[in-house]
Amino acid sequence: MDAKIGVLAVQGNVSEHIDAFLLALERTGHGASSEVFEVRSPADLADCTALSIPGGESTTISRLIDKNDLYEPIRQFKGGIFATCAGMVLMATEVADSRIHPLGLMDMTVDRNAFGRQCESFEIDLPLAGLEGGSFHAVFIRAPVVTRAGPSLTVLARLQKGIVALEKGRHMALSFHPELGDDTRLHEHFLRTNGI
Amino acid sequence: MKLEELRFGTELLKRGFASMQKGGVIMDVVNAEQAKIAEEAGAVAVMSLERVPSDIRKTGGVARMADPEKVQEIIEAVSIPVMGKVRIGHFVEAQVLEVLGVDMIDESEVLTPADEQYHIDKKQFKVPFVCGARDLGEALRRINEGAAMIRTKGEAGTGNVVEAVRHMRTIMGEIRMLRGLDKQEMADYAREIEAPAELVIECAERGRLPVVNFSAGGIATPSDAALMMQLGADGVFVGSGIFKSSSPERMATAIVEAVNHFDDPRVIAKVSTGLGDAMPGLDVHTLRDDEVLQTRGR
Repeated sequence: MDAKIGVLAVQGNVSEHIDAFLLALERTGHGASSEVFEVRSPADLADCTALSIPGGESTTISRLIDKNDLYEPIRQFKGGIFATCAGMVLMATEVADSRIHPLGLMDMTVDRNAFGRQCESFEIDLPLAGLEGGSFHAVFIRAPVVTRAGPSLTVLARLQKGIVALEKGRHMALSFHPELGDDTRLHEHFLRTNGI
Repeated sequence: MKLEELRFGTELLKRGFASMQKGGVIMDVVNAEQAKIAEEAGAVAVMSLERVPSDIRKTGGVARMADPEKVQEIIEAVSIPVMGKVRIGHFVEAQVLEVLGVDMIDESEVLTPADEQYHIDKKQFKVPFVCGARDLGEALRRINEGAAMIRTKGEAGTGNVVEAVRHMRTIMGEIRMLRGLDKQEMADYAREIEAPAELVIECAERGRLPVVNFSAGGIATPSDAALMMQLGADGVFVGSGIFKSSSPERMATAIVEAVNHFDDPRVIAKVSTGLGDAMPGLDVHTLRDDEVLQTRGR
């Protein structure tokens, strides 16, 4: 199947996600038949088979999703969503912060900046359930965690503070940044669950 | 997980943090109330300081790191990252801000330099740094010292974008020029601009700086911000431009939207409408030598 991967480009780590998906598609042999592009309007979104919501500042991204009339179109989007860091915050049903307008696409409660400020940001080799090839080198930057996950979600990894990776059907949410490195196993896994 | 498996303060974490700010607006604030206005408007981070640059110009004297009480007050007021400024070379002010928990330190020419020879050895810190630069050589020297982010200097506190444009055009132009050089010529050019050859080669290969590059120093309107984005900035710092305008809330919101839609003049027209007065500007050609901030540190 031809893949059209959109990366939500309102603010944040957009170009790294585009590069990571391009690399993942190339490694899975879909490089020639696929496209990866920025999503900035509802019209761009209508063109996508799957969407990535990158890391950045969740309050800013939430505000710009609303301003750009993307809130309902993302909620109604039929494809899978690959959500990292700020993206994970936005996927939740509950965020203990009135500045965030969560999309409510995954039944979970998210705690922003759960590990503390930038000096508490860290790297760790993280084992993920079902991921072949050993643990994943995960980069956590002012990262959120999931403190409650509903029964519809599959937990893939957790740390002491809470859950840091989970799936729901074609959606995947991660506290950390798989795009800041050249290990594309999680991007590839997401493409497979989306039939690509 | 065992604690010893965690790694803190790495180059990847520092540059990764800077990367999350891309496409965003970082706003100068001097108290909790302004910080909340900035956050509400959609700023990706705030820069906590004692006085905005235009007031530093008026006050004169030695400009230093802000009172820790003020920094703490701002940290407690918002959930977005908080940055703080230290004097060039003043590594103890940087140690203090790191302990206070700021998310990034700006080693800034806006404050009075503490060392006219050396910048801070930024690799000794867990907290990431942003530094100013006017050209490629200066940017790469700062990156070599450990800066995780560069901002073109412009001329802070003037509300005049001309120097910001000059510095962004200089850096982008130098990187474009590198593409026509072979390895030997690059090594020669690296010596000429007093920068490490490997960083020059990395710029040539990637067609950009190895770290995020924001624009600063003179941005006063939504159009100014969009201009800098179209010239290649990854995001913008707005200093005096917000809280010295007649309607800070509206100016802040409008600049955030202008950066988001920097290539769509219809949106910029819309958000620029009825904003009230921008900050009063200064002609940089009327500044005395000792009033020019961009020449501090090199």
